[in-house]
Amino acid sequence: MNTQHPVLDISHLGISYDGKPAVENISLQTFPGRTMALIGESGSGKSTIAKAIIQLLPPSARLTHGTITLNGISLTDATPRGLNTIRGRQIGFIPQDPSSSLDPRLPVGRQIEEVLRLHTSQSRAERRGHVLHLLEHVGFSEPERRFSQFPHELSGGMKQRVLIAIAVALAPALLIADEPTSALDVTIQSQILDLLDRLREESGSSVLMITHDLAVARDRAHDMIVLQHGRIAEQNTTRSLFESPRSSYTRKLLADSPAFHSRPATPARFVSGMRPAIQVKDLTVAYGSQTAVSHLSFDVQPGTTHGIIGESGSGKTTLLRCLMGLISPQSGSVHVNGKDIFSETSAERRQRLRNMQLVYQNPWSSLDPRLTIRRIIEEPLRNYFPEGQAWRQTRLHELLERVHLPLHLLERYPSEISGGQCQRVALARALAAQPDILVLDEFVSALDVTVQARILELLSELQKELDLTFVFVSHDLAVVRQIADTLSIIRYGKQEEYGDAEQIFRKPASPYTQTLLQTIPGQKQNGNQPQKFLGS
Amino acid sequence: MSSFRHAGIQFIRAILILWGAFTVTFFLLQMMPGDAVMVRFMDPELGLSPDQIEAMRVLYSGSSSPVLQYCHTILRMLHGDFGYSVQLGVPVRTLIAAALPVTLRLAVVGFILSLVWTLLIATGASLLPARPLRQAFQAIPGFWSAIPLYWSGIFIIQILSFKLRLLPVVGVGPWEGIILPALAVSLPIAAPQAKLLLQQIEETERLPFVMAIRTKGASQESVFFRHILPNSVTPCLTMAGLSFGELIAGAIVTETIFGLNGLGRLTRDAVSGQDVAVLQAVVMIGATGFVAANLAVDLLIPLINPSLRSSAAWKEKSGS
Repeated sequence: MNTQHPVLDISHLGISYDGKPAVENISLQTFPGRTMALIGESGSGKSTIAKAIIQLLPPSARLTHGTITLNGISLTDATPRGLNTIRGRQIGFIPQDPSSSLDPRLPVGRQIEEVLRLHTSQSRAERRGHVLHLLEHVGFSEPERRFSQFPHELSGGMKQRVLIAIAVALAPALLIADEPTSALDVTIQSQILDLLDRLREESGSSVLMITHDLAVARDRAHDMIVLQHGRIAEQNTTRSLFESPRSSYTRKLLADSPAFHSRPATPARFVSGMRPAIQVKDLTVAYGSQTAVSHLSFDVQPGTTHGIIGESGSGKTTLLRCLMGLISPQSGSVHVNGKDIFSETSAERRQRLRNMQLVYQNPWSSLDPRLTIRRIIEEPLRNYFPEGQAWRQTRLHELLERVHLPLHLLERYPSEISGGQCQRVALARALAAQPDILVLDEFVSALDVTVQARILELLSELQKELDLTFVFVSHDLAVVRQIADTLSIIRYGKQEEYGDAEQIFRKPASPYTQTLLQTIPGQKQNGNQPQKFLGS
Repeated sequence: MSSFRHAGIQFIRAILILWGAFTVTFFLLQMMPGDAVMVRFMDPELGLSPDQIEAMRVLYSGSSSPVLQYCHTILRMLHGDFGYSVQLGVPVRTLIAAALPVTLRLAVVGFILSLVWTLLIATGASLLPARPLRQAFQAIPGFWSAIPLYWSGIFIIQILSFKLRLLPVVGVGPWEGIILPALAVSLPIAAPQAKLLLQQIEETERLPFVMAIRTKGASQESVFFRHILPNSVTPCLTMAGLSFGELIAGAIVTETIFGLNGLGRLTRDAVSGQDVAVLQAVVMIGATGFVAANLAVDLLIPLINPSLRSSAAWKEKSGS
């Protein structure tokens, strides 16, 4: 179907780490002006492929099979010196995490200049002019000022623009974007993807986008490859892949992605007249002269889920800390089960903290790495219940069953189990105290979609069976939509919107919520032809 | 503007530390049983009566109340007058003027040598082509820090002076004479610095930005010298500041081995003779060395690490 020569041609690629195969039999071709998305969950080998193309695999990796060629030049046979002339010149690489991908010690202009210094014979003044032009090109309004700013003076989205400027500086034939937006807030995410689309159209580069996000791929890619366990599960044009997925794995991925379906219809669980489990009234928290949270109010009815959505810097974390009673507000109140948490006795506080468990974001770092799973779950049982060893053993098994974990994991350490399993352990630990309220902070954000879907199912199940109240904090609208009954959307510490979740998703009142909803990826109708966006 | 403020605060802190060091040593020396006058004039052969000794004491220490003496001494010191040595009967300033240049030369040359070793080790351990060679360089700091100074000093004299006859130990000019001792002191100082730098380099190498720079097509050497090394030296500088202070305050061993008449020798004599004025002056010089070196490091670090430069920059940050 394509008569052009491929830019990148990978044929039968196989790579192993310390003898264990990571990717096997990968063949793909990319073409000028087109975006190819490489989709996969963690461990699928997508980053390995990206690093193999640019020949920067870690020393433990070995190419076992196949070839990679770029415009007819073999990359797998190139010398280190030869590769240095290709990297940055013919392959532009946009890394994953903008916040840590720039040298913190150098002004960003100098870092863009470096790629020119390495590959061109331009004079210092010419390079400067070129960099200023590039800065403008990627959407900076004051290139002169930006040139001499340091990475820590720029926001995440701006840093990603700088990294894109580096990658496109010499109009390379191939652009590799390794999860270019997964570390960014959703409104920034769409701006960056628009920018990439625009640059691709202007330069005719071929783009290889590596992502775990099906919705992003659907909006932006012409062709897609779905990877599973280091092999190609399906390869097709984006439209065909979404309309008629052939492999069972693709169908599962599509089914588990929150962006492609709204919450299964459940009857509204509002029971009016009941005392709210949590009642926040006119809450204001300030650090010095900076107001982090201002005049926030919401009620959470028992047995329901209140979602709190906010981008980074919105005051989510401050709100959570205040909700747990860890910091005191300047004004306003928080009542939990009818009691004011800022005027409680220490005995009441202990009781409340037992009823109200906080569960954190990062699966691995929130569990003590030196304790076995058994010890981790047993700890609250020992602290809160006087019963003996036999009782604890029964309870432990009950809890594991609740969160669907096999018993043989009990003697493992957190580093030996998967992220999804860690989150289940964290849940079991929280449930050990028999709380009525769980406060979940970005609870599924670090997980792959298929795992995420299972954890969300588990949460609904637990809520129904144990009549739990959830406060669910997240930046991910699609996830929140799946689970929340009521919703607060906060921005710069102010409540943009509050009310019934479906209502807000259907008819957002505030302009900010509207933008937020429009920028959720996966909504564009035309999957095969990514739309053109000129504004950024 | 805020970096001036930062410098100002650091400077005031340095002055306060010096004042604290002076006060503590002054009262500690006051509390010592006996004094230099006793040590020197109690000798029965001199045949001085207790009254005459008391008169001597008044002559050397001025007044009797410790608080008045404290004020008197601090004022004198601010004018550069350190009093008289009871042992030798000469102004302390004269003694210091003779000893300080020796020690300072040793400290500066030893310090610079230690920095050279540190950089050489780090570069070798990161850039040498063969893995065994890199590993050998990585092992150097551990090896060096196991060697005590008195041993390496004697070893260096044995090999370089007596066996190879490259440099004489006695009868040399002030700069030639400093080479061997500086070499000896530089090794134990370089060892922990190099170890820290190697660790830091290893950590920096793992940061995502290093990979991002490699994708630009920069060579191994260019990535190392332009990005990895500058991002790794900060903790090493802090340690270097401390070592420089150590070099000035703790030169006793080296000066004894190499027969140098520096502050170390002066300190040893003053301690055995309970020469309070000399000790006070030596402690103040040592403290000044520490404080000045650390002040220099504190002012230098923000120049290397822009994110520590000023908090005002954060406020300029605007949405993209």
